Amino acid sequence: MRLLLKNARVVDPASGVDGVLDVLLEDGLVSSVKPGIPARGAQVEDLEGLVVCPGFIDLHVHLREPGQEWKETVATGTRAAAAGGFTGIACMPNTVPVNDSRSVTEHILAQARAHGTVPVYPIGCVSKGQRGEELAEMGDMIEAGAKGFSDDGRCVGSSLLMRRALEYTRIFGVPVIDHCEDSVLVDGGVMNEGETATRLGLKGWPGAAEDLIVERDILLAEYTEGHVHIAHMSTARAAESVRRAKKRGVRVTCEVTPHHLVLNDEAVSEFDTNAKMNPPLRAEADRRALLEAIADRTVDAIATDHAPHHRDEKSVEFCRAPFGIVGLETAVSLCLDRLVHAGVIDLARLVELLAVGPAGILRLNKGTLRPGADADVTVLDVHREVRVDPARFFSKSTNSPFLGWKLRGAPVATVVAGRIVHDAR
Amino acid sequence: MKLRSRHLLGIASLEPDEIALILDTAEGFAEVSTREIKKVPTLRGRTVVNFFVEPSTRTRSSFELAEKRLSADSLNFSATASSFVKGETLLDTARNLEAMAPDYIVLRHSEAGAPHFLALHCRSSIVNAGDGAHEHPTQALLDAFTMRQRKGRLAGLRVAIVGDILHSRVARSNVLLLTRVGAEVTVCGPPTLLPKEMARLGCAVTHRIEEAIEGADVVMMLRVQLERMQSGFFPTLREYARLYGLDPRRLRLAAQDAIVMHPGPMNRGIEIMGEVADGGSSVILEQVTNGVAVRMAVLYLLAGGTESEAAA
Repeated sequence: MRLLLKNARVVDPASGVDGVLDVLLEDGLVSSVKPGIPARGAQVEDLEGLVVCPGFIDLHVHLREPGQEWKETVATGTRAAAAGGFTGIACMPNTVPVNDSRSVTEHILAQARAHGTVPVYPIGCVSKGQRGEELAEMGDMIEAGAKGFSDDGRCVGSSLLMRRALEYTRIFGVPVIDHCEDSVLVDGGVMNEGETATRLGLKGWPGAAEDLIVERDILLAEYTEGHVHIAHMSTARAAESVRRAKKRGVRVTCEVTPHHLVLNDEAVSEFDTNAKMNPPLRAEADRRALLEAIADRTVDAIATDHAPHHRDEKSVEFCRAPFGIVGLETAVSLCLDRLVHAGVIDLARLVELLAVGPAGILRLNKGTLRPGADADVTVLDVHREVRVDPARFFSKSTNSPFLGWKLRGAPVATVVAGRIVHDAR
Repeated sequence: MKLRSRHLLGIASLEPDEIALILDTAEGFAEVSTREIKKVPTLRGRTVVNFFVEPSTRTRSSFELAEKRLSADSLNFSATASSFVKGETLLDTARNLEAMAPDYIVLRHSEAGAPHFLALHCRSSIVNAGDGAHEHPTQALLDAFTMRQRKGRLAGLRVAIVGDILHSRVARSNVLLLTRVGAEVTVCGPPTLLPKEMARLGCAVTHRIEEAIEGADVVMMLRVQLERMQSGFFPTLREYARLYGLDPRRLRLAAQDAIVMHPGPMNRGIEIMGEVADGGSSVILEQVTNGVAVRMAVLYLLAGGTESEAAA
């Protein structure tokens, strides 16, 4: 099977390519990238005026299956991913039951094979039952197809367990992904501690609760030579810790979410439960520091932390609402509008954050359009004006603070293994 | 003039002229409570649901009396006696109440923002009777009414608010109201019970009670709850009383004619000593009396009333 993408601007930062070229995909791999490739029986798509990049990978998605299928399933979540321009997604293990064993990992992958639109990369639990006590059977899960480990939704609270996890994962060369919060210091908070929380009388938790654990994880990664990946980093100080650690060669990577780059804690002012997530929207100074950190390469990836919840679950008092928002179908447009068009980063840097970085962290043969790489492609129309419309979401849930936003730039087609899986041209 | 919103969700959404309107209107209603027949037909035929999802006797009684003196029909609906504890959501409970076509829902709730949430989904006028640690607008209005009655003005008054600022909706609403009308507010409490960003609301902040009280025209003491000690905000109630209790010696630091206020219920011997609570400076019971008039004014104005027709 051959697919020829013609006349698009190809942006492939991993190979230093940025220009109008043709891309030939053959038997699931990139076969060549150069001007004027002849069709020779391939399916030809003329993408003039559009941008072709290596497929975007979302490192941080909650698919809710098994166990909470009213929020999302593997089928709807991967369909939403394709519509959002993602050619693969890593799914977090805090399902019901949690993904702490081969059988759950296999179940998720079987669902993905049967009903998935894009590949799923399961992240297994660090600890049995996600209880934060003993290591889960990581080797077994790796054999079944897990790509990393995390107790996401919770922090690995015990420093000893974190040390052991960082050591043990060295067998497999995969990252330990930590949701960094000192839960004692969080103490039941529902938003960022600061002026807005003070005005609203809502219980806040300080950025220091994140900073402490980020610094702890860096120290342990440095000591054990394991790979720690900081999930959804949200504070200025955490970014500074990662920046310094990278300078001294620690194996630390990190991701930030589009919402932490676009919103600050003032979005909570009207008690909007769609502005409630964990980590919480932080102060404006934190947001600005994160923008700096994506520009100066401290940050490796942008990930959505797609956390679907049913409408009824969010239609309650702020304190009682669950944390989290959906992100798969808004992320790329938010990034194009608020980061690229706003001049924070250029398009090549965005492709690094959405494709190159995530592929490297998960050790996938992706993130580039070099010949031999997997034939996953995201096609963008960087000028298309879109309005975020929940009626058009493929996700089962619409809990987003961005509903109704007008944004410039959108994913318009998604190619997985050389096959077009979503086409909105 | 009229109020701009049909809800009273907080002081944060009131302009200074609206605050003045409510206080002026309350003057007229205060007189009603001194009559032999303490009732006016102003809200005859209107229905008020007092929806209390957190225990309260004082505020609920005050609203109920205000409603009765305005000839409104009231229905008391409290969480403990309702399906609310059986897992029904706040929204569903409110919609059921609304199906009975009330004109107002007076909501007391343990969570900040609950009245704002209802206001988005309900047709009735929502009156916030206290939401978590957020706001208690009618309390701040009755406090301001009492201060104005005693001092003749609000602008330029020096007001000290002492106690558990962190968990206090009374403190927040008072700071918002008083700073809006030109009073100088100092809040005081142990740093563990005083949010770091409190000064951003426009008040001065101190951790020493003497500094807060010095020269104050109004000293407002807040209730400190035993459970705060249990959660480790301060070591013991005994130590709290020593560091932050208002006794006659400390009160002498205030202006000579200073008044002492407390939103109740008081912990005698902890945040306020009996000699002060019962002393000549105390206006604590006047606050309670004025609460009825202020709540009458709020209900009347939310129905679209104007000052000139009030209490006729």
